[in-house]
Amino acid sequence: MDGQRPGIVVVGASLAGLRGAEALRDGGYDGPLTLVGDEPHQPYDRPPLSKHVLAGELPPEATALPRLTRLRAQWRLGQPAIALDRERRVLRLADGAAQPYEKLLIATGARARPWPGAGAGLAGIFTIRTLEDARALRSALASRPSRVLIVGAGLIGCEAASCCRDLGLAVTLVDPNPTPLARLLGTVIGATLAERMRASGVDLRPNTKVEALSGEAGQVRHAHLPGGAVIAADLVIVALGATRDTGWLAAAGLVADAGGLTCDAACRAMATAGAPDPDIYAAGDVARWPNPLTGGRPGSIEHWGNAVDQARHAAANMCAPAGAQVPYAHLPSFWSSQFGLNIKLAGLTAEADALAVVQGSRASGRFLAVYGRAGRTVAALSFDQARWLPAYADAVAAGAAFPPILGATDQPQIEAREPGFAGPRRSADRAAATPETAHA
Amino acid sequence: MPDETLFAQVLDPRNRANPYPLYARLRATPVSRQADGSYVVSTHAALRSLIFDPRLSSEDLPPSRRPRTGNPLKDWILNPIRNRVVNAHRPLIFRDPPDHDTLRGFVMKEFTIARVRDSHAKVAALVDALIDKCRGRDTVCLVDDLSYPLPVAVICELLGVPEADEAQFHAWAIRLATALEPDARHDEAGRREITATFDAISGYMRRLIRAKRRHPADDMLSGLAARGDRKNPAMGDIDLISTAILLLVAGHETTVNLITNGMLTLLRHPEELEKLKADPERAPRVIEETLRYEPPVHFRTRKALGAIEIAGTTIPAGSTVVLLFAAGNRDPARFAHPDRFDPDRPDNQHFGFGGGLHYCVGAPLARIEAEIALVALCRRLVAPRLLDDPPPYRPGASLRGPENLAIAIAGIA
Repeated sequence: MDGQRPGIVVVGASLAGLRGAEALRDGGYDGPLTLVGDEPHQPYDRPPLSKHVLAGELPPEATALPRLTRLRAQWRLGQPAIALDRERRVLRLADGAAQPYEKLLIATGARARPWPGAGAGLAGIFTIRTLEDARALRSALASRPSRVLIVGAGLIGCEAASCCRDLGLAVTLVDPNPTPLARLLGTVIGATLAERMRASGVDLRPNTKVEALSGEAGQVRHAHLPGGAVIAADLVIVALGATRDTGWLAAAGLVADAGGLTCDAACRAMATAGAPDPDIYAAGDVARWPNPLTGGRPGSIEHWGNAVDQARHAAANMCAPAGAQVPYAHLPSFWSSQFGLNIKLAGLTAEADALAVVQGSRASGRFLAVYGRAGRTVAALSFDQARWLPAYADAVAAGAAFPPILGATDQPQIEAREPGFAGPRRSADRAAATPETAHA
Repeated sequence: MPDETLFAQVLDPRNRANPYPLYARLRATPVSRQADGSYVVSTHAALRSLIFDPRLSSEDLPPSRRPRTGNPLKDWILNPIRNRVVNAHRPLIFRDPPDHDTLRGFVMKEFTIARVRDSHAKVAALVDALIDKCRGRDTVCLVDDLSYPLPVAVICELLGVPEADEAQFHAWAIRLATALEPDARHDEAGRREITATFDAISGYMRRLIRAKRRHPADDMLSGLAARGDRKNPAMGDIDLISTAILLLVAGHETTVNLITNGMLTLLRHPEELEKLKADPERAPRVIEETLRYEPPVHFRTRKALGAIEIAGTTIPAGSTVVLLFAAGNRDPARFAHPDRFDPDRPDNQHFGFGGGLHYCVGAPLARIEAEIALVALCRRLVAPRLLDDPPPYRPGASLRGPENLAIAIAGIA
């Protein structure tokens, strides 16, 4: 160690890693700081990749994340960490280098789940997670495929469908659920979006799945559905959610699997021995932590806002003494833009048993809806009506009775109904660990 | 027991020159009930929360009423219909979603960044011409000489309203602006006057819109008046008239105060005036700080549609709620040394343009006008000195600003 202390190492050089590192500096940490990233790029922002970058409105390299603090850090980019030795406090990087650490912040994020079925080796199959993904897909779209098939109608699949329609491309969207975003928002809201999609010319195929892809001369040409139906498509976007590479952590005796790395409330990584490692923290997509909103059940939140908040929180705890660790609390939220709509959600819809439109109307396409569970408000959703959302987010955070905020402007007769979630929902961590409902 | 007359004291013209000590006393109770049953919101935190509260309605303008004429046809049929039509098509600052959003959408489509940017050169030329006119004088009357004529000319050009008609709508604009003042809107005579003025200016706008439809030009009014089709629906005619009136009136009544308050503040802080003179790049910071420190609009009123619990107080449904933005701007819990004019403050989240759903549509234009005007005034007025401090104020407590601002000068550079 050449007499110099190794300091703090941040593994993962994307949004959570960068904001965590900045927070360490802002919090007064003055020692050595190293950022390790498996991608060769400086930290960049992912949300535009499935929106403006695909649409060709933003060059991929314009997604670099703004730097909020001078980091004075060592960068080890293009070097995934492949092993962790907690006893000796050393990380092993892909090039064989040993990277010692005093404290570790793990923010390795998630990666796109690849096409798991037959035909996986064909050209013309894309995922959307990295800058390279977006660049490759963008140039493939620019060569005007005759039809784009999108597998999975989650957020990424729906946004990609919207971009492709904006580009004037024929789009088929296949999902095993009855509507798009069904697992996230339920089928009632999903049906509203489905209507909008169909009006935009998307060939939406719900309640079915792609069983296999096949091609000619190594290029994808067809998708095969149950019952022998075939869709001709020369470009396939696989949007089946995310998975985590945490094998290197499990080998180090931490509680980790494809669903993430389990942490305690203070964002410290849990060891299989049952206690948190006092010097290893995690934040962002990879972290599975006991969220007070779900009664302390561990789960990960794959949204942008959580990556920022949790990284900052973990950094603050890393700077604090062991006796002053603060539990992390966070109201999850996300936004999406698709089909001319601005969609925002605050809270967690998991296991919601009631849904009510509280401002505007689904028919008008502009509305605010709230989700309830056992009489409490657990989430609020806006379709082109985001300005009111903060008031409802406050109500969600406060655990207000369902429905909250009576006597609002543009308030219809409030009628609660079932939100349309299929059966008992899996908890967020298990859902993330398994493929997006029975595809392939 | 909190003082329930504080807001009445704010409305009292004798306190117009310096309402800030009253605001400080109001902030001791963030949401304080007044003797008339209204609730005044004065802390930054409470304002922030309420501007995003969907239970606050902007449809709080008392219904318009036309006086009895003795003609039964008018009194029993025509005027009641006209009252109803006017009430249903108020300008969008007095409307709630979804109508508000639709109307605002139409306006935003015309009030484009390109249009605002294009007005830059025009504003600069106007400012120079107006200052040139003061050559040979030893006193500048800022409101008459620049603060008023500048925004009027700019909004007329943008909208496509002939500037020559200014003499006609000047008095209308001043009277309509009183719709924001609690005193005028709650007094029977005041309401009648607002209604009569609205009728008069509506007639003017109706004729102008008809002309725009016959001979469309590259201006906002022509754009707003364009006939819609199934894919691109247009604003209804009555909404169009009320929107055009709003843009015309709001387009200058507020900017007058921003420019005058800005110059007044700089004259009271000569070191800041010198800094701006030496470094025009400071203008945006000076304007933002003016918007916090001496904003053009001090408060707006709303109506609570449902009961709202906030800061330990429950505002009952149906109450009038006064959002006292100018008090939030001086909240020591939000701003360090809030009563100091400090363009260099790092974090200036003021309510100078309101906030939430009704955030000022014209903010970018107002900023351009005020920046260009203040920089030119600092650079070109030689040895400017305030003659009356405090200056005489216009009557409004909400739209608060000097009636005029006499500045002694040693020449024009």
